[in-house]
Amino acid sequence: MTQSTINQICKLLEPFNTERKALTAETDISADLNIDSVAVMDFVMEVEDHFDIEIPLNVVSETRSIGDLAAVVEARTKKVLLP
Amino acid sequence: MIDLFDKHKGIEGRFARMLTLGVNALGLTNDRVISPTRAMINGRETILAGTNNYMGITLDADCIKAGQDAMAEFGTGTTGSRIANGSYALHVQLEAELAKFLKRKHCIVFTTGYQANLGMMSGLAGPKDTIFLDSDSHSSIYDGCTLSGAKLVRFRHNDAGDLDKRMARSEGEEGGRLVVIEGIYSMLGDRAPLRDFVELKKKHGFQLLSDEAHSFGVLGPNGRGLADEAGLEDDVDFVVGTFSKSVGAVGGFGAGNHPMFETLRYAMRPYMFTASSSPASVATSIAAVRKLAAEPERRAKLRANSARLFEGFKALGLDMGCDVASPVVAVKCADEISTITMWNALIEAGVYVNIALPPGTPNKLCLLRCSVSAAHDFDDIDRIIALFGRVVIAKAAA
Repeated sequence: MTQSTINQICKLLEPFNTERKALTAETDISADLNIDSVAVMDFVMEVEDHFDIEIPLNVVSETRSIGDLAAVVEARTKKVLLP
Repeated sequence: MIDLFDKHKGIEGRFARMLTLGVNALGLTNDRVISPTRAMINGRETILAGTNNYMGITLDADCIKAGQDAMAEFGTGTTGSRIANGSYALHVQLEAELAKFLKRKHCIVFTTGYQANLGMMSGLAGPKDTIFLDSDSHSSIYDGCTLSGAKLVRFRHNDAGDLDKRMARSEGEEGGRLVVIEGIYSMLGDRAPLRDFVELKKKHGFQLLSDEAHSFGVLGPNGRGLADEAGLEDDVDFVVGTFSKSVGAVGGFGAGNHPMFETLRYAMRPYMFTASSSPASVATSIAAVRKLAAEPERRAKLRANSARLFEGFKALGLDMGCDVASPVVAVKCADEISTITMWNALIEAGVYVNIALPPGTPNKLCLLRCSVSAAHDFDDIDRIIALFGRVVIAKAAA
């Protein structure tokens, strides 16, 4: 998991981080940032479009921290690049 | 020990704050029902403008008689599932009459509208399939999707181009694909652009389900919903609906023409593992569906009332939920506290509307949501407009 992926995710998360909390790989997207379930899904949609990948809701429900999401993004980006 | 209720402390705090602003908006009681559009609430006669009682049919004399007769003949409840002892002649009759009304070969009736979506999503899609659902879908669709175990992909609201892009990302995967849209979306009152989705179907080849909960009985020359209005019924594979709105009872249905449709009865847990609808509810539904077919003037009245409320609100300069008139007329408000304050002022002035707050709404919106009835008269509609003018415009100016 690279810092670049985490940085990109943090940038996408900014509009949803209305309480302007500090973001790290360990930040729990829903609990720490006080973001409701619908906003989390909206945020993940932005992540999907930014990286041009698919992150099904089933995967979202198992993803808690920014680091978890970065790992999902990298696994799915690689899959896209492979022939 | 971790107390299981710890996770609900946020809800508790939010609820307590609401009570400091007025009455419990989530626990309001109709102490007496006067008519489809009037009830006694907190000792005051109140105009009901948030009931989803689109046809105003709940106190129809023929429907009540049908329910009373059925209860006397078949009893208070069925005490069992449709696949055991709970199938009565009435259930079979309702399914047959609904299929005829909908011009579909098959129809299955559920005990609630919520279960209709739970059953249809989980019966149609399984773990190897993918469901593409509109981001503004009702919770019953989300819950049904979860129950199915299918892969779930959410697309941007009413955006067939966005769905196209998401379908392309999963091209070549095994399993079937189900796309779920709604005739009228419950919170903002807008309709799915059905033609766009039908076009996309030709490109990608998927099966399409339309939830007509708010549009069944309401839209289209025959009251069959959005697909009827758009003239695209042959392109919609499955239709879901509810009896708790235009039909004025409780229950729901799924319908379609697929030759294997009936096998869903043995594949839908929300159909199999619950008691069937009570005889009275089924009988009132039969009577009400007949009225939807025989009395198109109810739809015309509803349309006229909806347009009057929508245009009246627009003339006040309110921030509307969408740009077309439908029986769901929503007004966007600034924030949660002002929305609760305005809702209380409306209740005190004698009009009940729905309050809708995130996460129950799309895009973090705070809404005062009206639903119009064919039983309203123009005086009711004008009074609702005047009260919104007094309360909402005054609040915005404050």
